[in-house]
Amino acid sequence: MELHLTLIFNGLATGMLIFLLAAGLSLIFGLMSVLNFAHGALFMFGAYMGTWVYILIGGWNSPWGNLNFFVGMIAAALIGVVLGYLVERFTVRQVYGNHLRQILITTGVMLVVAELVKVFWGPNLIRVVQPEFLQGHFLVGDVRLTYYRVFIILFSTMILILLLFMLKKSKIGVVVRAGVENSQMVQALGINIRKVFTLVFIFGTMLACIGGYMWGPFQGQVNPGMGLDLMLIAFIVVAIGGLGSVAGSAIAAVLVGLSEAYMAYYFPPGSLAVNMLIMAAVLLIKPTGLLGAGR
Amino acid sequence: MLKIKDLHTHIEQFHILQGVNLEVPDNSVTVVLGRNGAGKTTTIRSVMGFYPNMSGEILFQGKSIAKLPPYTVAKQGIGYVPEDQDIFAGLTVEENMRVAMRREDDTTLERQEWLLDLFPDLREAWKRKGGHLSGGQKQMLSIARALVNETPLLLVDEPSKGLAPIMVEKVMEAMNVIRETTTILLVEQNFIMASQLGDYFYMIDEGRTVFQGEMQLLKDDEVLRKKYLGIA
Repeated sequence: MELHLTLIFNGLATGMLIFLLAAGLSLIFGLMSVLNFAHGALFMFGAYMGTWVYILIGGWNSPWGNLNFFVGMIAAALIGVVLGYLVERFTVRQVYGNHLRQILITTGVMLVVAELVKVFWGPNLIRVVQPEFLQGHFLVGDVRLTYYRVFIILFSTMILILLLFMLKKSKIGVVVRAGVENSQMVQALGINIRKVFTLVFIFGTMLACIGGYMWGPFQGQVNPGMGLDLMLIAFIVVAIGGLGSVAGSAIAAVLVGLSEAYMAYYFPPGSLAVNMLIMAAVLLIKPTGLLGAGR
Repeated sequence: MLKIKDLHTHIEQFHILQGVNLEVPDNSVTVVLGRNGAGKTTTIRSVMGFYPNMSGEILFQGKSIAKLPPYTVAKQGIGYVPEDQDIFAGLTVEENMRVAMRREDDTTLERQEWLLDLFPDLREAWKRKGGHLSGGQKQMLSIARALVNETPLLLVDEPSKGLAPIMVEKVMEAMNVIRETTTILLVEQNFIMASQLGDYFYMIDEGRTVFQGEMQLLKDDEVLRKKYLGIA
């Protein structure tokens, strides 16, 4: 029983981190119909920038180590805003409505960002340690819960609740949901959907960068390949959850996280295959994904 | 209110509109008539700015709106009710109205109240999702959504399409109230509705304006109706 509770706990933490990557991707895909292959690279760049700032100001060894961790997170979020704006404005905006060009141009962005990381920080991994207040663990019964994983679950759940609240209650949230269904009609009601696209792209990139930054201490390192590894998982999550559905992405991310945790324990090489099978099964039963409305 | 001069619109390789000329006087209901595929819907979609590669002149209250993007056209004060209503199915009636509101001030909320008095069905379905509404309720919502802001001109594309006769009557009653404050350009296949609402008509055939005049002229001219609409 302890084993299963531990695996579920680990799966939840992994799933919620994947959610941070997939939520933005799902909104960008659902609203703008943009296949953003650069999303994983932006996640990785956010991880590097945040970690670089975290280490630059003293890292985990400084007396301000706990504060430094949050400064690094803010830096990752800010770089996400800047990167999101630049990528949307100068690349994605030119190829709206053309999936082939989107794949080509965002793959180009992915390669450029990956090479930039190697130029600035080298090809080797950078070790990252959790801040002191999130190190260690506590026991619930016989189940060992690490503080950092609990933090990931709580933080990501807070982001999920905020996001759902914003989408449900705010004007921009309602417009985004309407745009996911029919962006042409939103325009006919007097709303400049391009501005909404830019905002969503920036927001999605920011979430990915924060997720990337939090992934570092979770794995104990950041490396230039981390974005690519998670990109495929994120696309699987978006397909399972349904395009444009944040709640769907959260459920799918937890599902994939749990499958990752179990497979990592029982049969690590089968991890991706099981995720693919879950996706195939969900799409066979509901082609629009768990909570996708379809078009 | 609206003037269209020599409008040409291409959709992909097809030359759909090949010279539409049309004028909508203030405080009137002008009906665009024609057979299926004549170019009626393309005409009002061109006015809305959905086809940037159109040519010709479109003047709204004396200002050119040709080639403006749809959101700018809408902001000038042109409401659009599309053929298939295009209600946001995952949003409630309230949220559908909210998307359309440019300002959530007292004036807009007062307009919304007026529209809910006009379409009491919407008030009852206020918290229901768009996808769960009946065809008639969707049509009402589509019209209400287009009118929630100050709207001097309303473009309506086949409001009677697919509706039960009782619903067509309700929509017509509402349009009769709306016309008191809003100029209407109506595309309609249902000649009974068109003739009861319209002051003027334009007949479009194969992408061109082929006939125009006061509605009474068309009501009296059986030969014309038979030739262009296929009805006696």
